Amino acid sequence: MPDRIDAYLGIHTRALMLESRRAELLANNLANADTPGFKSRDIDFKSALATAAGAEELKYRVPLAPALDGNTVDAQLEQSAFAANAVRYQATLTFINGKLRSLMTAITGQ
Amino acid sequence: MSSFRIFDIAGSGMSAQSVRLNTVASNLANAESISGDPAQVYRAKHPVFQATQPEAAGVAGNAGSGVRVAGIIESRAEPQRRYEPGNPLADAQGYVYAPSVNVVEEMVDMISASRAYQNDVEVMNTARNLMLATLKLGQS
Repeated sequence: MPDRIDAYLGIHTRALMLESRRAELLANNLANADTPGFKSRDIDFKSALATAAGAEELKYRVPLAPALDGNTVDAQLEQSAFAANAVRYQATLTFINGKLRSLMTAITGQ
Repeated sequence: MSSFRIFDIAGSGMSAQSVRLNTVASNLANAESISGDPAQVYRAKHPVFQATQPEAAGVAGNAGSGVRVAGIIESRAEPQRRYEPGNPLADAQGYVYAPSVNVVEEMVDMISASRAYQNDVEVMNTARNLMLATLKLGQS
């Protein structure tokens, strides 16, 4: 009954996928920190979590101080967002692990 | 699973930044390479970065897939002319030509490239730790 386990894990599986996708986006922003004309992009986590999988829209970041070559990547901002996203990812893993553990307890009855 | 793309993205950033470090090293090493012919003088080299798009745009949400070096341009700044008649490389009028490499600019470029490289390494390490934690999901 894979469907029921999916429903049991709830929003966390979707959150995990979104977080890994966001990590990819932020990594791309950081890799392009010195690319002329590159526009930094991110996803709005809250609205993306509400929409269906794979349909999240990318948004351009509003730069604090764009570079003269048109680059809008703020390395410090991207780095902190990446670190925060990594912690969220680990939190989601902890949630899923906890759910799986209680499922195991229910199955084995110990 | 698309998580492995982080490694490609961070890897492309690291390779692009190391090309940049290579050009900086070349420019600094040749900062005093003089010549008797202004057309033969070394010219400062700078890489041009370009964002790469995934092969099938839209499939993975068009997130982009890293950076690449689109080409290496040579500085068009005029070589500096110096009067050194004793130099064996001097031309008939006693002039030698030195490349117009801005050493301060190159050093700043080097620090910027080194910091960007470190950022990419950090991204890769974090992604690696997260993936190892994901592999352990459901264990323990």
